Amino acid sequence: MVVRVKVNDEWREAETWPGSSLLTFLRDRLGLYGSKNACEQGECGSCSVWLDGTLVCSCLVLAAQAHEREVRTVEGVTASDRLHPIQEAFVEAGAVQCGFCTPGFVVAVADLLQKDPHPSPATVREALSGNLCRCTGYQKILDAVSLAAARVGGGT
Amino acid sequence: MEVLLPHSLDEALAMKAERPEATPIAGGTDLMVDLNFGRLRPVAMIDLGHVGELASWRQENGHVSLGAGLTYATIVREMPEFKPLVQASRSVGSPQIRNRGTVGGNLGTASPAGDALPVLAAYDADVVVRSRARGERSMPWDAFLTGPKKTALAPDELIIGARWPLRRGPGSFSKIGTRNAMVISVASVCLAVDEENDRVKVALGSVGPTILRATEAEQQVAAAMASAGAWQDPSIAIPDQVIDEFGDLVMAAAKPLDDVRGTAAYRRHSCRVLARRALRWALNERRLPAWL
Repeated sequence: MVVRVKVNDEWREAETWPGSSLLTFLRDRLGLYGSKNACEQGECGSCSVWLDGTLVCSCLVLAAQAHEREVRTVEGVTASDRLHPIQEAFVEAGAVQCGFCTPGFVVAVADLLQKDPHPSPATVREALSGNLCRCTGYQKILDAVSLAAARVGGGT
Repeated sequence: MEVLLPHSLDEALAMKAERPEATPIAGGTDLMVDLNFGRLRPVAMIDLGHVGELASWRQENGHVSLGAGLTYATIVREMPEFKPLVQASRSVGSPQIRNRGTVGGNLGTASPAGDALPVLAAYDADVVVRSRARGERSMPWDAFLTGPKKTALAPDELIIGARWPLRRGPGSFSKIGTRNAMVISVASVCLAVDEENDRVKVALGSVGPTILRATEAEQQVAAAMASAGAWQDPSIAIPDQVIDEFGDLVMAAAKPLDDVRGTAAYRRHSCRVLARRALRWALNERRLPAWL
């Protein structure tokens, strides 16, 4: 079937197997490789995107379910060529090691800071509980969130 | 495979009538896993994501009607007064999963580990289903959930939602798992006090082929509270012995199996511990003026 999705503000369409996930569609049909494919069962959050503004695991959305809807991927977190402040904070805090989980984390952190510019530590942990990182031990990711919150949300 | 994309409930029911073999999909948090791993190859799927009628809830004539398409994130946001339901919803998966997963999915999947199900059982909820040919019917939750991953849903029907009588009283949902997120429960307990009918209702998840009610424990604690005069006067203390006995009876109601997530013995023990805690929380909460 042909699926037509507004991805990062641009309408795109491609032929896809009706049973394929939005993640497969984004990567294999649209060439957007930012969203990572790790667990394919919603456990790891590496494929996090926004569907109509809502944070979801793209591996658990049928591509057909996104037909005529809006998707924002990690490629769309910033319109400019420069890194988003959250991405800068990840680099500076050493929150990126192998980097595989990073796009999913960046999207989840952006979602969190949109809703709550100055989240408490407990809120951060809950908001990121659907994203797994096997390298960092999470502390540097939490540091990156604090740094990003201070910059994105402004002073408290 | 074909994916049907209805935009209204009528359209969805018409599609299900014509294609009873089609698998409904809403949040996809269960079904997509099976699709991704090649365990499921339905001939057709019906996406209920655009069926707005299913995605709301309302309070009417002393009842609550909850649409099958309501996500756990929406419940957490919009239904704070239904504490056990919110606690269960907040324990589902992760933020990403709660943004997609629906109560209708829990009902349709009918896993004994579905977190919303013990809450619906403790609320004495009915499950509402509808077909184009025969219209709407509803049945008690335990008539709907007929076994592990088995329901009374007919092939041409869709799950519309759940409906339960509004009751005043404290309650809680708690579950045992290996971490605070992305956990399929090892055991779960929902306790709801019904102050209008002097009843305590207890439902158990993940410890039987389907959700179980601990009816003997419910009767024991209600009777003990009655004889102590605690229904009229919440400040009257309930002896520890009553709470321990309650825990034992809840444990006796569990019918768990050994599996990868835990042993039967651990699950029984979990039920006892969770039940005692839940009862203490409820008894303490009854002393707060909100319920009087």
